[in-house]
Amino acid sequence: MERELETRLRAWMEGRAESRWLEKCQWELAEPHPETTQLESVRADIISTVEFNHTGELLATGDKGGRVVIFQREPESKNAPHSQGEYDVYSTFQSHEPEFDYLKSLEIEEKINKIKWLPQQNAAHSLLSTNDKTIKLWKITERDKRPEGYNLKDEEGKLKDLSTVTSLQVPVLKPMDLMVEVSPRRVFANGHTYHINSISVNSDCETYMSADDLRINLWHLAITDRSFNIVDIKPANMEDLTEVITASEFHPHHCNLFVYSSSKGSLRLCDMRAAALCDKHSKLFEEPEDPSNRSFFSEIISSVSDVKFSHSGRYMLTRDYLTVKVWDLNMEARPIETYQVHDYLRSKLCSLYENDCIFDKFECAWNGSDSVIMTGAYNNFFRMFDRNTKRDVTLEASRESSKPRAVLKPRRVCVGGKRRRDDISVDSLDFTKKILHTAWHPAENIIAIAATNNLYIFQDKVNSEMH
Amino acid sequence: MGTMFARGLKRKSAEDGEDVEGGLAGTQATPSYSLQRQSLLDMSLVKLQLCHMLVEPNLCRSVLIANTVRQIQEEMTQDGTWRVLAPQAAGRAPLDRLVSTEILCRSVREQEGERPAADVGDGRTPGLVPGLSAVPSAQALRSPQSSLWEVDSSRENRGGFQKSLDQIFETLESKTPGSVEELFSDVDSSYYDLDAVLTGMVGSTQSGHGSGLQAFTAVATPPPGSSCRSDLGELDHAVEILVET
Repeated sequence: MERELETRLRAWMEGRAESRWLEKCQWELAEPHPETTQLESVRADIISTVEFNHTGELLATGDKGGRVVIFQREPESKNAPHSQGEYDVYSTFQSHEPEFDYLKSLEIEEKINKIKWLPQQNAAHSLLSTNDKTIKLWKITERDKRPEGYNLKDEEGKLKDLSTVTSLQVPVLKPMDLMVEVSPRRVFANGHTYHINSISVNSDCETYMSADDLRINLWHLAITDRSFNIVDIKPANMEDLTEVITASEFHPHHCNLFVYSSSKGSLRLCDMRAAALCDKHSKLFEEPEDPSNRSFFSEIISSVSDVKFSHSGRYMLTRDYLTVKVWDLNMEARPIETYQVHDYLRSKLCSLYENDCIFDKFECAWNGSDSVIMTGAYNNFFRMFDRNTKRDVTLEASRESSKPRAVLKPRRVCVGGKRRRDDISVDSLDFTKKILHTAWHPAENIIAIAATNNLYIFQDKVNSEMH
Repeated sequence: MGTMFARGLKRKSAEDGEDVEGGLAGTQATPSYSLQRQSLLDMSLVKLQLCHMLVEPNLCRSVLIANTVRQIQEEMTQDGTWRVLAPQAAGRAPLDRLVSTEILCRSVREQEGERPAADVGDGRTPGLVPGLSAVPSAQALRSPQSSLWEVDSSRENRGGFQKSLDQIFETLESKTPGSVEELFSDVDSSYYDLDAVLTGMVGSTQSGHGSGLQAFTAVATPPPGSSCRSDLGELDHAVEILVET
């Protein structure tokens, strides 16, 4: 069914006179409805993760201060046609607090590394949030009614004087202002010696995995005092350590399959049915090194910072320092597509090593139909690549040039030679403005971009349906 | 700013001073390439040491830097610019490990100590070798690398690594109280400016213990988002814990 859809869409796109979807896309900054509470798009802290839930109705963000802010999409209303589906603050809570590890005399940061939503199974929403060491399950519920007319208590909750009670009444539920309540349901602690870099909920909706630099653990959502170790790459002698785990994810449909990436640029697909400890991969995805590009920095720039399965489950997307790559699960030898994110940085690697930028971990994202991929870069730029047309665009997340409803215009980085008017030269790029975290709505052309302290939500009004 | 460290397949004649084509085993690398490579090595060692602040260091970053150091050392061994007097080792593998730990064992002070002679002007390769053999073998046997990965390892493992850490903190303590940024701000940052290295302008900051510290703190100017805290009081706290009197 997916393949049929894919073929039809591709045919439709190719049949169009000018299939320049990306160029026709008009990304607008989504401003909040003027009557609702202000959109807190500027935070005191650096945003460290962004994640849409499975319907796209909710958008969760975590920051360096351990806080989670959830945004909700307002339903479209006929009365206010301008505010079609804008995102407003839904709930804010403190997920993690800073801790001190007394054994090692080190602080444990409260920074939220990842948030993953659980599939919704009832009226409540649930999400997992994690810092370096501890994962927590949060339940988000709404309350919009409250009971009134108790027999024994008055409106303020004080006990009534029983002599004044002459008849019995049945309490009734009266509507009240919406209250969003968040409560911690589970705390999964002490499972990791090293820093957690990823969590991923299994398609079975019962288990999830958490990965640190050297190990991956499998948890049951209802059990907090036990976890199963499914990958362990810690060498017997730590002196021999040359490779760490950088990211991991469960397959979206096959609950026994998961992938993890390494600092040497390899991907390992593992099958949990094969063995209890999945140290032997089922498939190893690795691209041979290009000898003409070899340098002392080759290994560092090949380190995979993020891996994401496509929605279809057929492909994987990886991000390393300079490129994004699409891999077919059936081909281990090399990626099927490679896109240059900012190749002009290749000659600057030494400086980027010196100022540590070379270790920045960028994330990547698929759109809902797996036809476009997106990733962040420096200078508050982010890039989108259309896999079908092979066209790409660079956009900038900034408030300066965008008034409400203004459309983002494509940017260009010039590498010397002819320079057009609005081009930015490589040497004037701001490396402190990095877009590490981006997310794409699961069904529509809505994207969330975290630019340091600012969250931007862009919508494509022209093509709101996914292509 | 645009020079790239590239190991080409062929060795080109050094007609272009900026060109960095290294050689394969057996050929001598050009002086400018050696200088740059040495800079990279020093920079890497500094990065490894300085990631031991108050928050547990990023293991991925440390591993990648250590691998880079290993690569440089391997290439230098092939070039013949690296001669090590390592204790008798059974096979090839232990020797490699000793060599790699030797690099990491070398405190920055020992590096600095060897430098003044060779630093003025051209290549520094002659000055490099005596510095290496001066490293006591006791240090070579310990593995500070493991202490980089496992912060909860016993204190003894830190060995030579601990020595250089002590030097860092000693010097930091002796400065007047103030923010760490102040500490780094007046440092001569030209040491790690590759242009300056190539023109041989670096030389004044290399002598002695205190200024040796200053030279490598130039690189350590905390980039945004680093975990180095600016409160010197917290550094004192860290010193107490690490030195463990």
